[in-house]
Amino acid sequence: MAEVVVYVDHVGGAVRKPTLELLTLARRLGDPVAVALGEGAAETAGVLAEHGAVRVLTAQAPEFADYLVVPKVDALHAACQSLAQPPAAVLVPSSAEGKEIAARLAVRTGSGIITDAIDIEAGDLGPVATQAAFAASYTTKSRITHGIPVITVKANSAPVQPAPAPGTVETLTVTFTPAATGTRIVSRTPRQSTGRPELTEAAIVVSGGRGVNGAENFAVIEALADSLGAAVGASRAAVDAGWYPHTNQVGQTGKSVSPQLYIASGISGAIQHRAGMQTSKTIIAVNKDPEAPIFDLADYGIIGDLHTVLPQLTQEVHTRKN
Amino acid sequence: MSLRIVVCVKFVPDASGDRGFADDLTVDREGVDGLLSELDEYAVEQALQIAGGVEGCEVTVVTVGPGDAKDALRKALSMGADKAVHVEDEALHGSDVMGTSLVLARVVERAGFDLVIAGMASTDGTMGVLPAVLAERLGVPQVTLLSRVKVEGGVVSGRRDGDSASEEVEASLPAVVSVTDQSGEARYPSFKGIMAAKKKPVDSLDLRDLELDAAEVGLAGAWTAVDSAVKRPARTAGTVVKDEGEGGRQLAEYLATQKFI
Ligand SMILES: Cc1cc2nc3c(=O)[nH]c(=O)nc-3n(C[C@H](O)[C@H](O)[C@H](O)COP(=O)(O)OP(=O)(O)OC[C@H]3O[C@@H](n4cnc5c(N)ncnc54)[C@H](O)[C@@H]3O)c2cc1C
Repeated sequence: MAEVVVYVDHVGGAVRKPTLELLTLARRLGDPVAVALGEGAAETAGVLAEHGAVRVLTAQAPEFADYLVVPKVDALHAACQSLAQPPAAVLVPSSAEGKEIAARLAVRTGSGIITDAIDIEAGDLGPVATQAAFAASYTTKSRITHGIPVITVKANSAPVQPAPAPGTVETLTVTFTPAATGTRIVSRTPRQSTGRPELTEAAIVVSGGRGVNGAENFAVIEALADSLGAAVGASRAAVDAGWYPHTNQVGQTGKSVSPQLYIASGISGAIQHRAGMQTSKTIIAVNKDPEAPIFDLADYGIIGDLHTVLPQLTQEVHTRKN
Repeated sequence: MSLRIVVCVKFVPDASGDRGFADDLTVDREGVDGLLSELDEYAVEQALQIAGGVEGCEVTVVTVGPGDAKDALRKALSMGADKAVHVEDEALHGSDVMGTSLVLARVVERAGFDLVIAGMASTDGTMGVLPAVLAERLGVPQVTLLSRVKVEGGVVSGRRDGDSASEEVEASLPAVVSVTDQSGEARYPSFKGIMAAKKKPVDSLDLRDLELDAAEVGLAGAWTAVDSAVKRPARTAGTVVKDEGEGGRQLAEYLATQKFI
């Protein structure tokens, strides 16, 4: 059976959920071969094997942490070349970095690239990728017609499924290109953990917008999020006002989320915001303006002041949970 | 010191319009008015700010696109760019990122550059990979997705806010940079700027001028194929109730029936 290369997104050996989703998709196309790079790479093998990785190729080198993107492209390229035949596909998580790695690999291997797939199926002419276009107002199906199908996949596009496989660890030999050391990472400040779920991976997201009216008032959003075990999101208006960090922005120039439940409070529903949350399963809106476009998307909406509605909801959630 | 900056910009359908696909499944450019991608305004802005501090710096804006795409160039020129290059050719219709980047790489090489600056993504295709692809093709460092950028002594540096960390990165020129919408508000063209833009040179090139083969670009030369594009059924609006003092509790009841609590 053909092999499918899966790029592993991990932090010090802890595999992030989107990679496990990729393994589910990869198994539809062939035998998953995972590629894990940098510190902790070998520690990823256990969980990858549980989810279908037939082999796990690992490489360690300071270049992966010290230089931007290209060392990882070199390694992924080496992984592709190490296979007996070209892979049926290369799947990469759709993070900003993942997309750049995938795109450079595509150029090097003379391949087409599809980004931000939300589903992949096997097809007669190779993998067929589903994408959401124009702020998720269209669904497209596309293929790669030249070279290796290189596809990046958004988080929450497939279920995580246990599928035990050998997950044999092999060391990947990587020869770095001169370009590898082109862009130096001078310093790195890890993002502080809030203890809340990862925004792009969370089952529930509670977001606040301009209507929250002040950084201190985001406590209302956070309290509701914590009662539901949810991640916190924000509109660009709230981020630009300095009320909440940009890492929490949902939308075209922020994160794209697709949770089971999205609660938008004090958010009007501009097209650029919708682009990042429109594919959520259930959408709830709280807005004091009955004409707000967000109500057009909402499965359930409350016309009212978020400062009274949300605390009451939080209270009620706590009561019901006990 | 002189510095040659080339800014890559895209002419896109206005996101506030009813965007869609044409019969050949390429982006419909007829039904909706086009404009300079808002995310590319940030690239023009940073180019102008960098240029402002350097004697003899020249900012060239480049676009690959149909006739109307000149509007995007005019906007960038009215913001303050010095000159423009428009690559227009029937054969380019339907190009994917590989085709477009091939053309841009050729233009940029021909123009000569110390710094290429692009936006973080186009607002229509939203891939966000063109700057990385361009760096790979040009064989120069990629310094992308910067929320802050600085050029000093032949080195470009900046801050890249990633998913798990914020990084300070740097590379020697020449390099390809992309900037995010966190890099600083783009200026509005002044009346004087708009008048001056009318006199600034716009160089029009086709594939032959660039010595590129038509078979390598366009819909037929694309390395990806779109088989179908279907409009999603609009989300049907659900129940909307006015808060009469019980809104929070009503919401909780809804969440309970949906098994979220
Ligand atoms: C290129 C580009 C990229 C963009 N990218 C993004 C992006 O990634 N993410 C994003 O979000 N936006 C993005 N935007 C901005 C977007 O166009 C909107 O400006 C933004 O989403 C508005 O945020 P908002 O809904 O919080 O604010 P507003 O549109 O001002 O809406 C605030 C809402 O809060 C309601 N409200 C006020 N007070 C209360 C109250 N007490 N209780 C309940 N409701 C209340 C109001 O009725 C109103 O509907 C982008 C724009 C551009 C041009």
